[in-house]
Formats: sequence, structure tokens, C-alpha cells
Amino acid sequence: MDVILFLIFAIIAVVCAVNVVVQTHPISSAISLVGVMGSLAVLYLLLGAEFLAMAQVIVYAGAIMVLFVFVIMLLNAGAESKRGRSFVAQLLGFPLLITFLALAAYFIQRLYPASAIVHFGAFQGGTAQNIGRALFTQYLLPFEVTSILILIAIIGAIVLARKEL
Amino acid sequence: MEFFILSIIKAAVVAIVLLTTLAYLQWVERKVIAHIQVRMGPYRVGPHGLLQPLADVIKLITKEDLIPPHVNKFLYLLAPFLAVTMALISISVIPFGAQIHVFGYTTWMQLTDLNVGLLFVLAISSMGVYGIALAGWASNNKYSLLGGLRSSAQMISYELPLSLAIASPLLLVNTLSLREIVQAQSGSIIHWNILRWPAPQIVSFFVFLIAGFAETNRVPFDLAEAENELVAGFHTEYSSMKFAAFFMAEYANMITVACMTTILFLGGWQPLFSPAWGSNYVPALIFAAGGLVAIYHGFNPARKLDRITLPVTGVVFLLAGALFLFTPAQAALIPLFWFAAKVGLILFLYIWIRGTLPRFRYDQLMQFTWKVLFPIALANLLVTGLVVALS
Repeated sequence: MDVILFLIFAIIAVVCAVNVVVQTHPISSAISLVGVMGSLAVLYLLLGAEFLAMAQVIVYAGAIMVLFVFVIMLLNAGAESKRGRSFVAQLLGFPLLITFLALAAYFIQRLYPASAIVHFGAFQGGTAQNIGRALFTQYLLPFEVTSILILIAIIGAIVLARKEL
Repeated sequence: MEFFILSIIKAAVVAIVLLTTLAYLQWVERKVIAHIQVRMGPYRVGPHGLLQPLADVIKLITKEDLIPPHVNKFLYLLAPFLAVTMALISISVIPFGAQIHVFGYTTWMQLTDLNVGLLFVLAISSMGVYGIALAGWASNNKYSLLGGLRSSAQMISYELPLSLAIASPLLLVNTLSLREIVQAQSGSIIHWNILRWPAPQIVSFFVFLIAGFAETNRVPFDLAEAENELVAGFHTEYSSMKFAAFFMAEYANMITVACMTTILFLGGWQPLFSPAWGSNYVPALIFAAGGLVAIYHGFNPARKLDRITLPVTGVVFLLAGALFLFTPAQAALIPLFWFAAKVGLILFLYIWIRGTLPRFRYDQLMQFTWKVLFPIALANLLVTGLVVALS
């Protein structure tokens, strides 16, 4: 059951990810990206990280991608026009991609030979309590530094957007 | 296998009840608004217009379903589907009542209980924005586009105070499962989160309610479909069942927000005061009072037909009241009564406000959330956190 669900949502994620690149219109690409985020959330859920899954949907699919779509709609960006691609890229692109993926898979297999096999639902630390405890004890410094970084980004955005002072 | 069949039966019951409620909520809304505006409301189809929802459904199904030639077809068709699906899914984690025993089976009056149930509702409702935003964009119509833009900006903005208002009662109950949130509020009204010691959540209750109104695009926050500026906003180009899908989504979202308010702040299915003081007799008394009033008016009829209809209604009410005194049914019916009563009150508030308040201007809408609601919700969360940590 887990494997079937994994295969379904992994395939959806990959197809949507390819679709992000293939689509010519920004809105279609953005919607495909939402599909990727959603299926990733289901994969987290299958692994037993329910809090992370919900956070993924709320933050990425629900907030960030809505902003993406909003900006695309606001700027009224049209479909991109296809230009003629170079002959070399057309000829070598696909074989090179396959080679790259194969090499990556090979090196990952060599570097981490079956060190950590992931089982569905075997991960136990996925509840909200666990995540909260980890964030505020073990990872307190990175957590706080990230929040300061985001604060700086917010202030920077306001300064940039505010023309009349 | 038993679990599977039980789940299917529960899902079917919940779906039927939800869809009927959706249809009749619209009838109630039209009636209440009509009486606020000193009109009669729907009256032709069935007694007091009671069959009006059925007539509306038939009208919407048989209407011509046209797709304008200039739309982005895929997204145009996807949008209403997305809106209505996301609106209906959240009901699956809402607990309606306590544990019941039927024909030897023990089950909860809830489809499923997730340990991240609250986050699930938030996630689903945040996905609901796409339905409206995409409908506005894919229609390829300037009014629709403006409606879609307005609604996505509004929903992102109001999600912040909404989430902050949810966070403070969570500090009191210490769980994310909706069933456990309700169980933590057992006892009388002083144990409900809205009045709970040491940090009563009255402020966050109102913030949640206001932000919830905005999230569902209801008056006074219905700028996405402001009819005197934008024709019909994001659903201008939709007809027939696709229009009905948006309509259903709006009412389903209303019900979800009402259920969430009830669960988070008003103690879910818990009674107003403890059963030791006789709260189990309240539903029977209310129904009996309604029945007696109807019978009294039946004996002093204002119109000819009232001589028959009102006593019959009264007897039905008395029978319903008697059902609440029937011990085997009590365990199931009384929690359901309290839950429905609270949700119904909030839904009535929705309609009442629609009949009372004018629409916000767009800049007022944005200033209100960022400069008023957001700081209030933040301060409330801070104070609640402090009080909970110190006590």
C-alpha cells in the first residue's frame, strides 16, 4: 500500500516538475510547481513526518505559491515565445541528461552504500511536539539566525518598495 | 474490513447531511435577509419556500453550460473543481460529537481524527485560494482578474491574524487534534477556551471570527465579487454547475469556519453547563417550548390554514423534544444538539452581518488587517504565552 502510494505521488511529483520547465506560460508553470509541493507533502506524510507535510502545504503550496501566482497575474506576464534552439543542444541534450543522472546515481551509491535505508512510517519524530522541541533545543541557534535573516529580508523589501520617504 | 464499511457509511451520512445543510443554509440566508429588509423572501415553491433549494438545484443543472471562447480552458475548468473540493474536504476532520454505540459498534461522530487535524484544515483552506485566483485569471476578463487578484491578496493578508488567533487557544489545550481540543474543554462554559482560566481567549475569538469572515469572502469583506464594481468578480464568466460549484464552496467554507470557531473557542460538542445541573434537559425544553408556541398559535390562527399546519408542526416539535429524553438516543443526540446549536448561532451571525454591514473599501480592508488585526492577534499571543508559562 505504502509503495503504491509512493509510486503514484513520486510520479506526479516528477511529471509536475518536468511540466514546470516545459510549459511556456508562467501561470501553468506555477500551478505545476504547486503540484510538486503537494505531492512532496504526501511523500513526507508517507514517511511519518506529518507536521512537516502540513507545514509544506501551508507555507509552500498555500502561501509562497499563492504569492507567485498573484505576482504573475498582477504583472500580466504573457507566454514566452519559443526561439530556435541550437542544433548541438537538440542533438546532445537528452543523452547528456541521462549520462548525468546515471553518474549522479552511481556516485551516490558509491559514497553512501545502503547506509540508511528509509522505511515507510518508521520515522517517529514527526509530531509537532518533537519538531518544536528540536527547534528550540538542538537547533536553537540556526533557528534564531534564520529568523533574523528573514527579518532583514522583510526590512530590505520595505526599504526597496518605499520610494517616497 | 469492518473499519472500511463503517468509514464508508459515516462518510456517506456526513456527505448527505453536509450537502443538505449547504442547500438549506442558502434558504435560511435568503429568509433571514428578507426579514431583516422587511420582505417575505422565497415563498412560492413549497410551504414558506422550503422547496426553493431543490428548485435552484434543478435550475442550475439544466442551465446552458457555456465555455467562453477566450478562456484558458484547462485552468477555467480546473478552478471551480478545485474550489469546491478544497471547501468540502475539511469536514472530514471535524468532530461532531462524542463516542456513540450503534448496533454493537462503537465509533466517534467524526470521520477521522488526525493528530495534526487543525493544521490539515489550515492547509486545505489555504489551497482554496487557488480556486478563486485561477478562476479570475483563466476567465480572461478584466473584472474577473481584478476579483481574483483582490481575493488572493485578501486571503494571504487575513491568513496571518487567523493563524495567530488559532495559536493562542492551542497554548491552553496543548494539542493539534481537533477531538482532543474539544475534550480539553469539557465541563461548563468557564472551561471553554473563550473564558478559560488563566488566559481567556475573548480577543482571539473575535480576531478569528473577523479573519474567518474575510477568508470566506463574505460581506463586509466580499471585494472579490463586489457586484457594483466588478459585475460578479471572479465568477463573472461562469454559468450553470460551474457557478454553482463556487456558490457551494462559499457556503461550505462558511460551515467550516463556523465549525472551527465552535471547536477552538466554544467547546465543540460540550454542553453549556454540566449535566449534573440538568443540561441534558435543555434540548428537550427548547423543542417543547417551540412546539407549545406553535400549538398555541394554531388555536388562535391568523390565517385559515394555520388551524392545521401549526398544530402539526407543534406535535412534530414535541416528538423531537421527547426524543432527547429517550435515554439510548441521548448519548448521540445531545452532543450533536450542542454542536449544531453553536455552529448554527455563528452561521446566523454571518447572515445577520450580511444584512447589516456595508462593504469595506479596498484600502480600508488592507489597513484593517495589517494595522489593527495583526498587532492585536500578536499581542494576544504574547500575553497568552506569558500567562501560560507563568501559571
